[in-house]
Order: sequence, then structure tokens, then C-alpha cells
Amino acid sequence: MSESIAHHDEHRDDEASKLGIWLFIFTELLFFGGLFITYAVYRHAHPQAFHMAAQQLDVAVGTINTVILLISSMTIAMATTSIQKKDKRTTLILIGITLVLALVFLVNKYFEWSAKIDHGIWPGSPLLEELGKGDTLFFGLYFFMTGLHALHIIIGMILIIVIFVRVRKDKINFGNFQLLENGGLYWHLVDLIWIFLFPLFYLIT
Amino acid sequence: MSSNTTDNTGYKSYLEEDGGRKGIFKWILSTDHKRIGLLYLYAMMLWFCVGVVLGLLMKLELIAPGKTLMEAQAYNATFTVHGVIMIFLIVIPGLPAVFGNFMLPIQIGAKDVAFPRLNLFSWYIYILGGILVIISLFGNGPPDTGWTFYAPYSFKTGTNMLPAALGAFVLGFSSILTGLNFIVTIHRMRAPGMTWFKMPLFPWTLYGTAWIQLLATPIIGITLLMVAGERILGIGFFDPAKGGDPLLYQHLFWIYSHPAVYIMILPAMGAISEIIPTFAKKTIFGYKAIVFSTLAIAFVGYFVWGHHMYTSGMSGAALWAFSLLTFIVAIPSAIKVFNWISTMHQGSISTEIPFLWAASFIFIFMIGGLTGLVLGSLAIDVHVHDTAFVVAHFHFIVFGGVGFAFFGAIHYWFSKIFGRKYDPSWAKTGWIIFFIGFVTLYGPMFYLGIKGMPRRYFDYLEEFHGPNIISTLGAMVMVAGFLIILVNLIKSARHGEKTTEMNPWGGTNLEWQVPTPPPLENFDEIPVIDKATYKYD
Repeated sequence: MSESIAHHDEHRDDEASKLGIWLFIFTELLFFGGLFITYAVYRHAHPQAFHMAAQQLDVAVGTINTVILLISSMTIAMATTSIQKKDKRTTLILIGITLVLALVFLVNKYFEWSAKIDHGIWPGSPLLEELGKGDTLFFGLYFFMTGLHALHIIIGMILIIVIFVRVRKDKINFGNFQLLENGGLYWHLVDLIWIFLFPLFYLIT
Repeated sequence: MSSNTTDNTGYKSYLEEDGGRKGIFKWILSTDHKRIGLLYLYAMMLWFCVGVVLGLLMKLELIAPGKTLMEAQAYNATFTVHGVIMIFLIVIPGLPAVFGNFMLPIQIGAKDVAFPRLNLFSWYIYILGGILVIISLFGNGPPDTGWTFYAPYSFKTGTNMLPAALGAFVLGFSSILTGLNFIVTIHRMRAPGMTWFKMPLFPWTLYGTAWIQLLATPIIGITLLMVAGERILGIGFFDPAKGGDPLLYQHLFWIYSHPAVYIMILPAMGAISEIIPTFAKKTIFGYKAIVFSTLAIAFVGYFVWGHHMYTSGMSGAALWAFSLLTFIVAIPSAIKVFNWISTMHQGSISTEIPFLWAASFIFIFMIGGLTGLVLGSLAIDVHVHDTAFVVAHFHFIVFGGVGFAFFGAIHYWFSKIFGRKYDPSWAKTGWIIFFIGFVTLYGPMFYLGIKGMPRRYFDYLEEFHGPNIISTLGAMVMVAGFLIILVNLIKSARHGEKTTEMNPWGGTNLEWQVPTPPPLENFDEIPVIDKATYKYD
């Protein structure tokens, strides 16, 4: 083990790890970018059906979830500030709030999805085939994109739990908080993607 | 692989430094960039042998019209698995994963890459991707879609294509993480004094490559996930019956897979740019031209994907634009060829093995590149699209380009990596047989393509028989040459004459200023760079 420990502790480079997470964020943007292109192509092909289908979604739940994610982005950013003020307690509370908000987002999503599935709408469902091509594509995209986004929420939560534990153990501290900052950056990305998904599916009708 | 020590300093080479681990764990738990590079090398060597066998089986099938060895379905599976292995497991990771890992930190004067643990993790992801590809061979039979996984067939086929597509998805992650690691390494870890324009050319090409890996690979990731969604859920994105558009699949696929060609070829060009000045004993001609043409290829390469789809159905304006851009992207490649030739001009050339590979690379690459322009022309492409001509073209580029550069690079850096020498006469014999076999194998396919022989069929008309026999004979010769090279290298790595000579070729980069084989963290003291590289007195 001697070699790997020597590697990592001697040469800590916060700038490098920040650059790394930014590059990773670029890849995530392009990853979703492929889906945004697909959305644009099919919206262009079926404007009327997309218009009608979007009215099936619950704007209220979408808005609540948007607010939840925006606040959670704020709390994780505040946590990064408070660790620099050597305030471990507040940092932990803020990270905790972020986690709870993320969970609430997922619960909302769960109810939203179940309602759709109860109405017979899921990818490849017989009802969608009856409704036509535009609806099939709209709800296909809806489940695929929000599903992939929810997966990112879950990955982000795991990351934030790791950060929470490390703050508690003082491994992340006043002098060494890059992981917290990087986790925050990742969480902002997850938030940012939702900021685009929300109008595309709920608002543009 | 045993090791050796210089008697005067008593330093420990990276091969001796085992981190207190035993046996295989010395390798699979090590975060040393050099060991990780070799882990990739060994994995790729095994895959390459499988890919070569599959390729040879195809050529044997084509030695005569009608069924020779296998039926249509088996042939379809063979070219699919051959393509998946060769593209996703070998040429895309290829030079960056092996020589990039080994040489990049040394060449820029660093002790390791920026994220050593992430680097090892990338290798594990690579292995996982490989395992998924192996899984695809069982169950309902190996995939038969071609490595391009074109929709709608890719979600209609009854064969086991899902694991193969997921394997490609997972391998994409490995590629992204390697690229990310290299970009950060190059930005943050260059030795003091090594400004951007004092950096050697191999790291420069890795830098251009890394950006493509980072920005293009996610597109194929999401596309393959959509195909998975199509297969598992019937989601409808690419299914015309549900409103989906198979053409969209082709666009998304090639938005990645054309830049992927530059992921393959750029580091190959970088390796050639290292070898040629070393053996011409002359400063590289037009260093900045090579740097900027590298970046130009990386950039323009994003905008030419449509040239794979001339016959798929696109607007006339789009066809014109893609054709024009395809011609433009050829210019920086040509600039590099001029630079290499000019470097040799009036140099004092020694025709050692790596130089022979580099020189033959230029020859093969020229043929591959120029036939690429033939395919880039709209009218001619309609005639030769999906014929043996295309197969010949991309084997000249991808196998001739990347393969020749890879063999050149391994013969160039062999003693530095293993601390042993290879047998030069066997190496030379292997090279000449391989070269002759290569040209004999793929040369006739240009002719066959122009005459109209389609690709991806196990059968052909009687009139194509003659050139196919020549081609198959060429394949046998080439495989014989490959075996000579492989056996020579493996034997030499295990039992070759030991050497601690730091700089056998008289190279000017930093890798020739560290001991052979290098110690664990490459440098006792990080060097300070005060002059440009490639200077010969």
C-alpha cells in the first residue's frame, strides 16, 4: 500500500480535482445533450401531439420539484461556505437538508410516475400505441429523461452521504474541503439538467 | 517479468517495486501508471489475437464463392464480433491506454497521472466491458448487427446484442475517464519550464485525443442506452412503427463514431512524430504545424459524421456540407505527412526497426487517407458505398495507421518498458512479412469494391474469385508476420538480453533521461525544462 498512500497524500492538488469534476460535468451535459437532440427532432415532427401530451403532466408537482432542487442547490453551496468558516455543525445540518430535499424530490417523482402508470402510460404500453406516435415519443422521452435524471439524483445522494460521513469524521475540514465543493458542483449539474427538463415537459404546451 | 538494477545507484525499477503485494496483485492493485499501461497492453494483446483469428476466419470463408467454412449467420456474427473487439477493445483505447499511460507522465516530467486510482478504476471498467462482450457470445448466439448496431435491426434481431451494446457503453466510460485523467495531468503536472510549446508531440496528440474522448463518447453512451431502452421496453425512439426514426440513430451513432476515428489515429500520429526525428537525428520539421493540425483534426473531426450516411437519405445541402468538411479535415493530416517527410529530408537516417514501422506507416496511411477522399466525394461514394472498397479503406487507416504506429511504438519504447532488448533480425523479418501480407490482403479489396463486391456477405459472384484468393493468401502471410512479431516480443520481454542503457536511440525527450526501466515515481527530482525538445547538436 505504501506506494498508493504516498501518491495521494503527498501531492494533493485541489485545482486538479476541481478541473476533473468540471470536465466530468461537460461529459454529463453531452450525455443528456443526445436526449435533448432527440427531443428537439421529435417535437419538430409532432408539435401538436407534444402540445397535447404535455398538458397531461402535473405542473404543480413539477414546480414543487423545481423549487426543491433549487433550494437543495443553495444548501449544498452554503455548506461549502460554512466549512470554510470552520462551522462543522452548520455544515452537517446543511448537507442533511440537501439530502432530505433530494429524497422528497424522489418521493414526488415516484407518485408522479405511479399516477401515469395507473393511467396505463408507460414506455411501450398498449394505451400509448393507441394514442399514436407523438404521444408514444413524448412519454417515452418523459420516462427516459426524467428516469435518467432520477438516477443522477440517486448517484448524487450517495456522493453526498459519503461527504456527510467524511465531514463528521473531520476528513473533510476547513483546510481540505475539495470533495465537498466537487459534490456541490455535481449537485448543481443535476439541478441544472432539471431546470431544462421542467420547461420542456411541463411548461411548453 | 523479472527486473534489473543499475549496479551503481542501487535504485529499484518499477518492475521490482511491488508495493508489498504478491503475484498478480502486484499488477491489479497497483496505481503506478506504468503498470496500468502494461495491464492494458496484456489485455489488448489477448483481445487482438481473438480479433485476428476472427478476421482470418472471414478471409478463409471468402477464399471461394458459396459456403466454405460457415453459413451466412455465422459469418454475420463473425464480422460483428470482430468489429466490436477491434474497435471498442483495441483501437479506441489503443495507444492512449498503453503508451499514453506509460509515457505521458514521464514525457511531461511528472511522477504519475493526476488521478492514479481513477486510472486503475478505468482499467477495471475496461475489463468489465470486455466481459460483457464475452457474455454476448452465449445465450441466443453472438450479435449479428455489425459493430455499428444500426437500428431498427439492432432491436429486432433475436441474437444477444444487448450485452455487446452495453459492453460498448461501459468501455466508453473507461475511455472518458482516461481522457479526463490525461487532460488534467497535462494541465496541472507539466514539469516547471515545460510551456505548452515545449511539450513533446506525443502528449500533444494525447491531449487532442482526450478532448474527443471526453466530448464525443457521451453521445454514443446515451445512444446505446436508447437502443437498450428500445430492446427492453420498446420505448419507440428508433422504431418507425412507433414514430421513431432509424436515421436519427445513424446520426447519433456517427456523431461519436466518426470522431472516434480521430481518437484512434491522433495518438498514432503522435508516436510517429516521436520516432521520425529520433531516427532522422533532426529537429522535427514544423513543430507548431503538427500541434495546430492535431487540434484542427480534433475540432473539424466533429463535423464530418454525415459522410457515413450519403446513401441513407439527407438533404442535398447537408450532403454538400459534409463532403466539403470531409475534404477540409484531410488537410491537417496531409500537413503532418509533409512535416514527417521534411523532417527526414537531409537527416542522417538510421533504418532501425521503429523507423521501418514509421516509414511504412506513412506509406499505408497515405493510401488510406487518399482513398478516404475518394469516399468523401459524393458521386463516387454512391458507387462504392458498402462495398469492399470501404472495408479496404478503413483497414488501411485504422489497422494500417493505428496498428503500424502501435508496433512502431512498442519497438521504439520496448527496452525502456521492459529493460530488455528484442531480437532485431526477427523483428525485421516480422515487419517485412507483415507489411507484404497487409498490402496483399487489403489491396485487392479496393479493386473488388470498385467492381461492386458488397461488404458483409459470406458469398460472392464467381467473377470476384481471383482477387479474393489473393486477399486470403495475403491474410495468411500477414498473420504469419504477426506471429513472428508477437513471439519475438513476448520472448524478449521474458528472456531477452537485459539492458540498462538509458537512451539507446539517441532520443531527446524526458523518457530517455530516466533510468531503464524507470523507477516507481520516474524522477528523483522533477526536472526543470529550459529548452525545446527535438534538438540535436
